[in-house]
Amino acid sequence: MSAYNAELEPEEYHEHHVPRTTYYAIFVSLMVLTFATVGLAFLNLGMFNVTVALAVAVTKAALVVMFFMHMKYSSPLIKLVGFAAMVWLGMLLLITLSDYLTRGWLMAPPIVR
Amino acid sequence: MGDAALAQAGGPGTVEVHGHSRLQHHFDTLGQQKSAATLGMWVFIAQEVMFFGGMFCAYMVYRIWYYDGYVAGSRELDLVLGTVNTIVLIASSLTVALAVNAASEGRRQATVILLGLTLVLGLAFLGIKYVEYASKFELHHAHHAAANVRLFPMAGFFHVDGELAPVGNQMRMFMLLYFALTGMHAIHMIIGVGLLLVIMWMAHKGAFSPQWFTPVEMFGLYWHFVDIIWIFLFPLLYLVNRHH
Amino acid sequence: MSPEITPVTTAGAHILARGAVMPARHYLNESGGWKSWLLTTDHKRIGLLYLFSITVFFFLGGLFALAVRLELLTPAGDLMSADMYNRAFTMHGIIMVFFFLIPSIPATLGNFLLPLMLGAKDLAFPRINLLSWYLFIIGGLFAVASLIGGGVDTGWTFYAPYSSMASNSRVLTGAVGVFITGFSSILTGLNFIVTTHRMRAPGMTWMKVPLFVWSHYATSLIFILGTPVVAITILLVAYERVMRVGIFDPSIGGDPVLFQHLFWFYSHPAVYIMVLPGMGVISEVISAFSRKPIFGYSFVAFSSLAIAVIGFLVWGHHMFVAGETPYSALMFSILSYLVAIPSAIKTFNWTATLYKGSISYETPMLYAFGFLGLFLMGGLTGLFVAAIAVDVHVHDTYFVVAHFHYIMVGGTLMAYLGGIHYWWPKITGKLYPEGWAKLSALLVFVGFNLTFFPQFIVGYLGMPRRYHMYPPEFQVWNVLSTAGATILGVGYVFPMVYLAWSWKYGKPAGDNPFNVKGLEWETTSPPPTFNFDRTPVVTDATYSYAPQKEVNVG
Repeated sequence: MSAYNAELEPEEYHEHHVPRTTYYAIFVSLMVLTFATVGLAFLNLGMFNVTVALAVAVTKAALVVMFFMHMKYSSPLIKLVGFAAMVWLGMLLLITLSDYLTRGWLMAPPIVR
Repeated sequence: MGDAALAQAGGPGTVEVHGHSRLQHHFDTLGQQKSAATLGMWVFIAQEVMFFGGMFCAYMVYRIWYYDGYVAGSRELDLVLGTVNTIVLIASSLTVALAVNAASEGRRQATVILLGLTLVLGLAFLGIKYVEYASKFELHHAHHAAANVRLFPMAGFFHVDGELAPVGNQMRMFMLLYFALTGMHAIHMIIGVGLLLVIMWMAHKGAFSPQWFTPVEMFGLYWHFVDIIWIFLFPLLYLVNRHH
Repeated sequence: MSPEITPVTTAGAHILARGAVMPARHYLNESGGWKSWLLTTDHKRIGLLYLFSITVFFFLGGLFALAVRLELLTPAGDLMSADMYNRAFTMHGIIMVFFFLIPSIPATLGNFLLPLMLGAKDLAFPRINLLSWYLFIIGGLFAVASLIGGGVDTGWTFYAPYSSMASNSRVLTGAVGVFITGFSSILTGLNFIVTTHRMRAPGMTWMKVPLFVWSHYATSLIFILGTPVVAITILLVAYERVMRVGIFDPSIGGDPVLFQHLFWFYSHPAVYIMVLPGMGVISEVISAFSRKPIFGYSFVAFSSLAIAVIGFLVWGHHMFVAGETPYSALMFSILSYLVAIPSAIKTFNWTATLYKGSISYETPMLYAFGFLGLFLMGGLTGLFVAAIAVDVHVHDTYFVVAHFHYIMVGGTLMAYLGGIHYWWPKITGKLYPEGWAKLSALLVFVGFNLTFFPQFIVGYLGMPRRYHMYPPEFQVWNVLSTAGATILGVGYVFPMVYLAWSWKYGKPAGDNPFNVKGLEWETTSPPPTFNFDRTPVVTDATYSYAPQKEVNVG
């Protein structure tokens, strides 16, 4: 009845075929990273423990997003949506931190009589 | 007369796909419909990121203030059960990804079986979570619990015989966030299980084909997102200073 | 296609619509009966469902405003107790913010117009659109339930720990209502974003999309990224009320300021949810009634996005005296000045559009002029309060109350009324009575200024907000304000009456009674259920009015 302009057609319409071996490989990587994060938690890395733990978590999440959720094969718009979500979460956390990390900076000196 | 010339279909670069029973009237092609659904699902996931994000923000603030309480609280959690749950959930992500793959290739039976495996793993996750919660409840015997405490069992962790439980405030703060974060995650899992049952039924009835398997794919996106939340919750809750 | 010569006329729609007839079949008479309305997936009918429901909430919120203004006629707290007064201003705020202003333009005009302006047959997800209306209604019922149970007394901002631990009012019921309605917003935003990306007519590139659509797209970004944060905050307060212990409780080490960070992270962008759609209406109305394309289309479009994005970075300006650090406050203050810039760009561009335009003074244009002046004042006073040193003195006074009412009422509500009048012929197929409409616009403008300008003065003089009594020297300003509120109320009642009358008895409008540009005017009034008989193909620019040289003035 009406025409859809194929120029505007985004890539989702064209099937990206991800071979099953990719999924298995990603799964194995996720398992390795899971055991790594538990193991690394038992090492004393001081203040870097949380950085390492988060870095591993981000890596695992990236693998899930890119391959299981097909973002690697998706249109730039979908990538922008994912990016925006991360940026907005970052804004919430970082700007709130700007308050909490500066608490106690401006300490009034004791009144000396 | 006006800006727009009202044109009929046709011409180079246009595609006409109509007549598929799943094509909704306001879309021109199945491709347009699917790309709309995909974009919609991702926008919804962005919204969910911000939803959990508020709690992650609270977690972050109190971790800075009450690190010792977080350490004490984290050690109260069962690391083995937490690790097992992480493995279970990641495995369920694999099975659902394979299910979407099967649906895209029109393999009906494989789709149903893989979705079924996802269901089993999801229920296993929830079962283990229940065991964890129940152990917390029993640790602080709240026999004379008020009505609202009986309705929300984890509140039994916080009140003993009508008084605040005798734990440190810092650890209490950690446990409040533990229950809030994992509780909200569990609610999302339960919703996912509900959706999964519907999708399994549709797959069983042969509703999906390589031309149209959008619900399976959209469900997969949701399920993976819930998995990602847990991927972050696990180290943040269970692995706070595990080295003595 | 050569640009046509647009007739210059101030004669208005009644001349242009002479001889117009209603189309035989359209979305209103296509099907009848309860089910065809309550189970509709037609975005136009859903827009109308929203129109009726938010009008009910508007008057409910207005009743509470009346209660507040009546109490404030006298310095003593004689009409109601302090506790009752708390409930009155809280319910006024909750109902007006969550159940009127936030849905107002997007859910009524946005739902109705977006597909028409894009040349689509419906929004991307029609059933989710219907669901969003039901969620709005269910949330509203919870709000009404909390009202019947005695109301909420925490202020619409329900700050912890009062709301989470100490208040004896129906906080939980009210909070659940707001939570559910929040999902109504989220689903609307989701629908708008996907529709704009994926359902534009062939030939409609992003830079040909009407500015009304750009505004609603920017608003939808805020719906999606901001609303969930207040949703989880509400749940955390509910969690604390139910469990009788929680993360905002200072007695166990919780931080009430954390509540405020999470609350304002949404609630500041929420005010842009309220104003951006209004700006979209104004862009359309000013262009239409100046017979000119909007000056600097791309600047206006990108300013909408800039407002939405930068608006997320300024929430701490509500917390200058709440306990956030001065360093944090400094950053928020600077960013608050930055966010004013795109709004200013738009205001300059609207004004430039008027220059050498062929201006006519139909009611929508009168509301647009009102918007320009009042939004300007509201916006500038926003800069006053964004300066930390000034805010220390005017925070929690009537100065702030006046500031935000200038924007929300002088801005958004004017734009809403202007938009309702402008598109009324399209929505109903009938013309509204121009004389009564102009009178009402005048009453609204006069009543509004009389209500809220004295509040700037009395706030600056030090009268605190949310108090039911005040020192006697402030009485004269309060009396002026209440008098203005009465006139304003009359100005709001008139449209309800004459618009309802016109639906049944008004003259048929014809496709394009104002003879303006836009895809929505290319179809019948009212439109058919599927919007266009054939999918439009867009070839010309938006707002392609004839250039000045070609028009014979006189």
